[in-house]
Amino acid sequence: MTEIKLTVNGTARSDEVEPRLLLVHYLRENLGLRAANVGCDTTSCGACTVLLDGESVKSCTVLAVQANGRSVTTAEGLVAEDGTMSAVQQAFREHHGLQCGFCTPGMVMASTSLLAENPHPTEQEVREGLEGNFCRCTGYHNIVRAVLAAADKLSGGSAPAEPEVTA
Amino acid sequence: MSMRGSILGTRVLRTEDPGFLSTGGVYAEDVQDERLAGACYVHFVRSTVAHAKISGIDVSAALEAPGVLAVYTARDLADAGLKPLPPMMPNMNQAMKQPLLAGDVVRFVGEPVAAVVTEEMYQGEDAIELVDVDYDILPAVATMHQALSGERGLVFADAGTNVVCTFGDASASSPDLFDGCEVVVSEVIQNQRVAPAPMESRSGAAAWGEDGRLTAWIPNQGAQGTKGAITGMLGLKPEDVRIITPDVGGAFGAKFGADTEHAVLCWVARQLGRPARWSETRNENLLVMPHGRAQEQKITIGGTKDGTVLAYRIEITQDCGAYPKAGAFLPSLTRLMTPGPYHIPRAESWSTSVVTNTTPVGAYRGAGRPEAAAAVDRAIDLFADAAGVDPADVRRKNLLPKFTEPHTTAFGAKYDSGDYATALEKALAAADYPGLLAEQAKRRASGDPLQLGIGLSSYVEITGPGGEAGGPNENGTVEVHPDGTATVLTGTSPHGQGHQTVWAMLVSEELGIPIEKITVKWGDTDLVPKGGGTGGSRSLQLGGAAVQQASRELLDVARERAAAALEAAPADLVFDTETSAFSVKGDPDVSVPLSSLAESERLFVRSVFTAPGPTFPFGSHVAVVEVDTETGKVFLRRVVTVDDAGTVMNPLLAEGQRHGGIAQGAAQAFLEEVVYDDDGNPLTATFADYPFLSATEVPSFELVDMETPTSYNPLGAKGIGEAGSIGATPAVQNAVIDAVSHLGVTHIDMPTSPQRVWRAIVAASGSKEA
Repeated sequence: MTEIKLTVNGTARSDEVEPRLLLVHYLRENLGLRAANVGCDTTSCGACTVLLDGESVKSCTVLAVQANGRSVTTAEGLVAEDGTMSAVQQAFREHHGLQCGFCTPGMVMASTSLLAENPHPTEQEVREGLEGNFCRCTGYHNIVRAVLAAADKLSGGSAPAEPEVTA
Repeated sequence: MSMRGSILGTRVLRTEDPGFLSTGGVYAEDVQDERLAGACYVHFVRSTVAHAKISGIDVSAALEAPGVLAVYTARDLADAGLKPLPPMMPNMNQAMKQPLLAGDVVRFVGEPVAAVVTEEMYQGEDAIELVDVDYDILPAVATMHQALSGERGLVFADAGTNVVCTFGDASASSPDLFDGCEVVVSEVIQNQRVAPAPMESRSGAAAWGEDGRLTAWIPNQGAQGTKGAITGMLGLKPEDVRIITPDVGGAFGAKFGADTEHAVLCWVARQLGRPARWSETRNENLLVMPHGRAQEQKITIGGTKDGTVLAYRIEITQDCGAYPKAGAFLPSLTRLMTPGPYHIPRAESWSTSVVTNTTPVGAYRGAGRPEAAAAVDRAIDLFADAAGVDPADVRRKNLLPKFTEPHTTAFGAKYDSGDYATALEKALAAADYPGLLAEQAKRRASGDPLQLGIGLSSYVEITGPGGEAGGPNENGTVEVHPDGTATVLTGTSPHGQGHQTVWAMLVSEELGIPIEKITVKWGDTDLVPKGGGTGGSRSLQLGGAAVQQASRELLDVARERAAAALEAAPADLVFDTETSAFSVKGDPDVSVPLSSLAESERLFVRSVFTAPGPTFPFGSHVAVVEVDTETGKVFLRRVVTVDDAGTVMNPLLAEGQRHGGIAQGAAQAFLEEVVYDDDGNPLTATFADYPFLSATEVPSFELVDMETPTSYNPLGAKGIGEAGSIGATPAVQNAVIDAVSHLGVTHIDMPTSPQRVWRAIVAASGSKEA
């Protein structure tokens, strides 16, 4: 067992873990933070995406010990203490960017990271930014709408409006 | 009477979303329940070969491994009296039985051979590697052709054949079918095997109570059907089983009932006297969860040179995989929908379902109907190409004219209502078909390496089919509580569709209770003993209609109570949905709130809605692709769709269903395929190998509204869940072929991969490189 010290959603944690324990299982089983899901075993689907020091990572391919001394944010951590969801989370709801919900926490984290890096993405940039996050329900259409809307909202509505494609 | 506008038909945001977005859904793996405290973990040892006799299984090393509690094999199950399962329908070869764990023979890569039970999750992954299985390799029946020819022997030695069942009668085929046809075209086409691949793989948790009852949390599409499957596999009494449906991370037809692993999980929990959990890996999911489609079709179409279709034949071979499941039955649905939306004077079809040493095939979004739509719309384009008539004109000429009274086809389908030509014209107009043709002509003239392809489809499909006697039906229960809240119980089972929101909208509309105060429950067999679940696009038209009906009947019960309370005749009362209260006609001050009528006695109604028959949504899709003629790569640029599923309750959610269906249908056309090598080894068993559609491979979709209500339910609703996947596949495939048709290409099988497209181009140009 190895001792790790890290910050998860703003709270300092200290735990003894198996060296091979995956970060996603540490979050889910040790801390009970079960928003991140395991959707594959080849780092392809992104359902387990969390932020590590503010950047999106697939937590099924990060060992818990690799998060030692670092800061982890999960979908649970995007919600304010008063229960208010982040702009990205709200946009996903407003634009019906989720159906079964399984990819959603990972998709939200990837989108959050994407907008941090590129606050004014084009539709194509959103699609490329989310290429590593699979969704089987939405056909990505409303996920893209949600991320563009969140970008617009976060930048105070200053971004040029995307042409509305849907009739 | 209320003055407020109807909530129905409006874009109400989903009430279920905040949980999914913040703490995440509670899927089977996430369930925390005291009954599951101290659960052990089950992992399966799976066959690494497609076909072999098992000559020995040595579990001794695994039993020594850290944390291992037990290892079970087929022998243990047999000792416990558990028997292999016969195929689901009597017309299927009954010798083709599926064991819960493989005994003497393994029949596909991934088939469970042993169950290893450990204290901790990771220990099981280690221990399964220590189970030593000796295989005496048998020839693998890797393809349908090998199954039919018998060249690789039999999948089931004692079945005497690889044929599971047939539908239709090939011997009754008319030799005159294509008489009088000036143009006859025939093609053997593949409706290839694809993986449903819901984002949540299969999973489960099981616990036995001291009362001898099993409680199992299993992701499913209908807890009642899952209960039936579990009781059947384990020989349990129905009253001893409770199935609870957690949040379900997508299903697409592949989570109906229960799988053998679920049964073993429940059995293990009883053997060890402690709760047990099981979650498969994605690799296991792609190896074992039933695949979809997997048909080879020989299509022949004939007609006159002006583009009039006179005759059509489809001969179907269905790959069932190693064990006959729903896949064996799919061709009967394909046959039912043979002519699609077209008026074809003479048509015939028959099918043969065969077993192979591959993953079993089951239902996948559309289940049998996409195969019919893909075949007939491919046939129409082949015919248009041969006749030299524009594919849009061929469709205009041959679509059934608008009808409002049911139209019964030669294959026994009773289409409830349809206006196929209008759907086509709307789609063509929205896509600017003339403009696309002009752009295509320009690129062809200039020899642009990036050619434009335009593909059309016109489809009709069957939704909300029957199952129980007396016509398609579903139950719904509505209860109003004294505190002004309401509870709905439904026999449907959402896994992304948003029933919590829409069922609440239906109740709110009738009872004037805000949707935030309405709780919708499903998927607990103790709470909702009966129900058909969610699949076949049945939920709104049956389950939603039942909830509406129950709400109205509840109001009748409440009216009697209100009359007593207000000392008035029931007929003199009016119900105001604005205030959710009854009042005396002409005297609004004398009123009683609905909720108060639940104070002295529970106020609830359970109602069963029965439809006169299934409904037949329809539509037209226009797909636009660019094809790089130098590499064969396909770029999907536009998908314009008209999907008429009758009256829409919540456009936001209906559009979402269409988006998802379109993407899955398109993915089959140009991307996704499950592939086996000649020895039956799967080559696409991870997400690194299976080309799962990503966000960069599809455009935003262009949806056109059209609503032709059905008279089969008071909502006017047909099913929307599968429409997108039915229309998009042939449209995209036709578009790819259209992009290179001027080079002499008439057909390219799905998925239209760069390799296939490039080879088709080269072959058509007569080069020897292909």
